[in-house]
Amino acid sequence: MQRLRRTMMFVPGNNPAMMADAFIYGPDSIMLDLEDSVTMAEKDAARLLVHNALKTIDYGNTEMVVRVNPLNTPYGKKDVEAVVKAGVHVIRMPKTETADEIRELEAEIVKVETELGCVGRTQIMAAIESTLGVINAYDIATASKRMMGIALGAEDYSANLKTQRTPEGMELLLARQTIVVAARAAGIDALDTVYSNLNDMETFRKEVELIKSLGFDGKSIINPRQIEVVNEVFAPKEKEIQKSLTILAAIKEAEKRGSGVIAVNGKMVDRPVVIRAQRTIDLAIASGIIKKEDI
Amino acid sequence: MNSIKDRAALISEAAARMGKETFKGTADKNTMARTELTQQGAKVTTLEDAIRKSGLQDGMTISFHHHFRGGDKVINMVVAKLAEMGFKNLHLASSSLIDVHEPLIEHIKAGVITKISTSGLRGNLAKEISHGLMDEPVIFRSHGGRGSAIANGDLKIDVAFLGASSADPMGNACGYSRSENAKSICGSLGYALPDAQYAKHVIILTDDLVAYPNTPFSISERNVESVVVVDSVGDSSKISSGASRDTKNPRDILLATQAAKVIINSGYFKEGFSIQTGSGGASLAAVKYIRQSMIDQGIKASFALGGITAHMVKMHEEGLIDRLIDVQSFDKVAAESLKSDPMHQEVSANEYASFDEPGSATHSLDIVILSALEVDVNFNVNVLVGSDGIIRGAIGGHPDTAGDSALSIIVCPLLRGRIPCVVDEVTTHITPGSSVDVVVTEYGIAVNPRRPEIKERLIAAGLNVVEINALKDRAKSIIGEAAPLPFGDKVVGIVMNRDGSVMDVIKNIVD
Repeated sequence: MQRLRRTMMFVPGNNPAMMADAFIYGPDSIMLDLEDSVTMAEKDAARLLVHNALKTIDYGNTEMVVRVNPLNTPYGKKDVEAVVKAGVHVIRMPKTETADEIRELEAEIVKVETELGCVGRTQIMAAIESTLGVINAYDIATASKRMMGIALGAEDYSANLKTQRTPEGMELLLARQTIVVAARAAGIDALDTVYSNLNDMETFRKEVELIKSLGFDGKSIINPRQIEVVNEVFAPKEKEIQKSLTILAAIKEAEKRGSGVIAVNGKMVDRPVVIRAQRTIDLAIASGIIKKEDI
Repeated sequence: MNSIKDRAALISEAAARMGKETFKGTADKNTMARTELTQQGAKVTTLEDAIRKSGLQDGMTISFHHHFRGGDKVINMVVAKLAEMGFKNLHLASSSLIDVHEPLIEHIKAGVITKISTSGLRGNLAKEISHGLMDEPVIFRSHGGRGSAIANGDLKIDVAFLGASSADPMGNACGYSRSENAKSICGSLGYALPDAQYAKHVIILTDDLVAYPNTPFSISERNVESVVVVDSVGDSSKISSGASRDTKNPRDILLATQAAKVIINSGYFKEGFSIQTGSGGASLAAVKYIRQSMIDQGIKASFALGGITAHMVKMHEEGLIDRLIDVQSFDKVAAESLKSDPMHQEVSANEYASFDEPGSATHSLDIVILSALEVDVNFNVNVLVGSDGIIRGAIGGHPDTAGDSALSIIVCPLLRGRIPCVVDEVTTHITPGSSVDVVVTEYGIAVNPRRPEIKERLIAAGLNVVEINALKDRAKSIIGEAAPLPFGDKVVGIVMNRDGSVMDVIKNIVD
């Protein structure tokens, strides 16, 4: 089953209490942050904390991501070393503008992994937060086979665009679509930007509905209270689930018979339909709507 | 002839047989206009005079209620007066004591107060007592246990000092006022009612003396000897003191939603069920999350009991909860509702949760959601003594409701900062594990092995059911092994079980 990334929860890397219990809320991924939420004075302490959190806390099946500082800062390379040694699943590169930055990060990762004897363990995701990054989205998405996803960082991007964010998000449309298209073309995941007004859950829900329809796999979130909304929006509807179960059962039957093409209710079912059906069922299981045993 | 004169001998004979006097005629009839008589009632006097008239002596027992919680002004005011009048060696029996009663420390040091009975202790008073301030151990009782002890004579009260938001000159008193001069409101006077009924002498303190008759009343003039008018009996804005805050803490919300799921899938969530919530953000919020399921499934509750909150009142007004039974109003909304809604019934501590009275409402209770400081692997609960050995809570109705309800759910984070809340053995035994059914933590839900059917239902509903030992191990793996607490050899507290037996003792803590 493909890993679900409906919610990637940001947790400041200098907050031990939040790091210790972030996973109890059930985000699909947790992103421990060493970059913007940590002041200069606390960079070293936060790196140590994040390293130890990754090594000691049992996060269960949650995907662990760390946002490192850019490699051209005095902290970036140290961050990479500390978190790769601690066994992080994914390193998130902030403010990515070119494929070279990803290749440079990969080289750093390889250095540490070689020392540890675990080359290939760490995945990479890139946050695209500028117009140049959007232009280069596909190159970035395909810069390394370690790439698992690209994400939009809308605050810096809007500033770069000389505009500001609106509740409707028209200003982000091109960037969002470019990122989804690039991610799909590269065969990786697309994650949307954060929504930071915790008191307006209605607008948040609308934004999640929008990005789901655009094709995103999930959304970056900043508070556990946002998880339920995202999961609700991404949860497949009963009708979709039934249809998908029928399709998957039919394809299983066809495979048994050695036939490649099948029809369900008189309609031909081809590969994209099967993939979509599988994804619907994965989501339904992850959302707790159906159980694996019941299929 | 058969006039009364002719029957005189027979009357004398009947009286002699019964050991009674014969009728000697009545005293003069009082013809004063009752508008005048009742309003200048002879009971109205100053605090000092009321104390003198009460016959209070050194060594006696005085009692109070804590319905104003953080806003209470009566206890400090009365004890200061008693100190000023030179009383010593008094036994203070309050339904509870909290941070605001810190001035008692000085009165204990001065020998005015030498014994305390209460449901709980908080703040610096609790800290000092935990360190051995008093020679005599504090007696801790649950609210139901206190009611029983007062009724059966285990706790004999000589003089009760009961604050009321309104009283008439004859002593009819309430926890609210209907007059324009209302200064305070606390709602139910449930914990004061046993005192009013059983104390040898009752003094009402009020900040709103209203015209007779102050009906409907909570405390009847029949039980009242004196009425004292004071500037303020309590600050109503502090009655909720955090108990009914609408929580935004994600962990509390997580615990509350999990508790709600436990209720909905417990088998007890059906038409006519009854429910109570203890104080604490998560247990109160759980009600909010079962509300939607009640609407969706068309289920209505017959009553909500206990500490009544704004949430409960709202659901009652929406028609989701038929009746409210209120021993303690947790916030101002609840207090106002008690005043105006006849379906919102005030009850005494005895009517609420007595162990030995079949008429207590807890015996008719389906579900209770409670919080805890610690739960152990045998499901025993501690709500009184912190993991640092310092008293910092109150028994409240915890063991009463857990023991009497059909299903008791404890909502408790696995960790509070670096303090584990699921442990090998609780620091102090308050609620026995035999009355605790489900423990909800953010790391999973543990079900008492005595309730396999509940466990089965929760697993079937897809909830994260785990063994209680796994929770304890998880806490240990995160926090490590705690050093043993530095307890001394002095007993500073005795925990009474609700049936009148001794449950546990609390030893002093050494720094």
